[in-house]
Amino acid sequence: MFQIFGIPSQALFGQLLLGLINGSFYALLSLGLAVIFGMLNIINFTHGAQYMMGAFAAYLLLQHLGINYWAALVIVPIIVGLTGIIVERLFLQQLQKLDPLYGLLLTFGLALIIEGLFRNYYGSSGLPYGVPDALQGGRNLGFMFLPNYRAWVIGFSLVICFATWFAIERTRLGSYLRAATENPTLVRAFGINVPRMVMLTYGFGVALAALAGVMAAPIYNVSPQMGSDIIIVVFAVVVIGGMGSIMGAIITGFTLGIVEGLTKVFFPEASNTVIFAIMIVVLLVRPAGLFGRGA
Amino acid sequence: MLEQTARSMLCVKNLEAWYGESHILHGVSFEVQPGEVVTLLGRNGVGKTTTLKSIMGIVERRAGSVRFEGCETIGLPSDAIARLGLAFCPEERGIFSSLDVRENLLLPPQVRPGGLELERIFTLFPNLRERLRSQGTKLSGGEQQMLAIARILRTGARLLLLDEPTEGLAPVIIQQIGQTIGTLKAQGFTMLLVEQNFQFAASVADRHYVMETGRIIDQFTTPELKANMGKLHDYLGV
Repeated sequence: MFQIFGIPSQALFGQLLLGLINGSFYALLSLGLAVIFGMLNIINFTHGAQYMMGAFAAYLLLQHLGINYWAALVIVPIIVGLTGIIVERLFLQQLQKLDPLYGLLLTFGLALIIEGLFRNYYGSSGLPYGVPDALQGGRNLGFMFLPNYRAWVIGFSLVICFATWFAIERTRLGSYLRAATENPTLVRAFGINVPRMVMLTYGFGVALAALAGVMAAPIYNVSPQMGSDIIIVVFAVVVIGGMGSIMGAIITGFTLGIVEGLTKVFFPEASNTVIFAIMIVVLLVRPAGLFGRGA
Repeated sequence: MLEQTARSMLCVKNLEAWYGESHILHGVSFEVQPGEVVTLLGRNGVGKTTTLKSIMGIVERRAGSVRFEGCETIGLPSDAIARLGLAFCPEERGIFSSLDVRENLLLPPQVRPGGLELERIFTLFPNLRERLRSQGTKLSGGEQQMLAIARILRTGARLLLLDEPTEGLAPVIIQQIGQTIGTLKAQGFTMLLVEQNFQFAASVADRHYVMETGRIIDQFTTPELKANMGKLHDYLGV
């Protein structure tokens, strides 16, 4: 075993991998938040609960209907995305003309209710969800051991992030989205049904959170508070990256995951706070965030 | 008169509009015939822009009647109104900064067959072809105005609502926009124009309505303008 900066390579690469895994989830979740914020101008505090719902949906589908991980990857985002569409239709649409603060309060309250319901029925101890058979085991890369499932999570979330970025920044549908973010009234006056687009965008953002939940199920325990654990960090990531920037959310998510991992190696005491320290510095120097377009 | 109403492309009757508590339009009535270029003239703040926005359905509250090709639109949302074949070019131009010129140009969906082909649009506005990859808001003011007009020509809309297309532009560009309006008229487009620039209005339009405090108070055809300069001076304060 060799050493880098006096640290055994196994430990360094191990934490780097962990950082990349966390970064994958930060990126997926902050991406969904950025997409929703762009269109609805609402900070979706229900995001963590919707991520948790994704993990639970995968667990319940497996337990009760025998639906495996791969099918869950497709079905769960659709189901949870539909619940998001219902929330948008029933509640968020009514708040459109009000101060964004109301949306924040509503989504925060919803998150508490959803988490409470799940805790009531499933307790808070956490439920196991196995790694799918095809991704059992791992490979020895010489300098470290790479579990197959973790490699899959990193690769797949990169693909999803890039696909989302491409869809928004490089396609015709994406140009509708970007335009409606800037000036919804004018876009609607061109004949585009903006309210329906807003509804579908929220559904898509929620589906991204649910997808992250499915991917997280075999890594973390499936538990009612898994969402609130991660979402605080994700909000810090979003603040650092800048609200509403798609590429910013992706890059910041992965980078901060790695920073967090490396801090665990070099200065473990700070590993839980390093992201918040960075957030404070960024807020002081660039209040709009690293990738934000002015404030 | 009755027969003319039946053939009107746009027939506005007793149109009222509000922004919050303030009552802006107090019963505006006028008509636009197919193929005409009509202007709304008047001082600042008399409700010309609000009239266009009310026709397009983008004011908070409106009442009265706006019929487009016989179809009542007063209860419709703006996207449904646009799909009937109306298109709006706002005063602030509304070019999107997160879209490049090409995306801005292709943004409004086709609402009817028969819009201009891209090639045709580039003949009208050759500058745009060279700037397709530029960010929309990096264009000069004149180019942005051309882009704002160009993008609603593709959609198949037959009635164009243009809000002060010459505002803040150099004389040579105003001239170019005047020529474009002439070309579009020759191709059968109908246009309703809000203008502060009286000379420009006189040079491109067939008829003129004068607005004051949320109402139409007078109207002239272009040949009648000369004989009524005194009145117009009073109305417009020019």
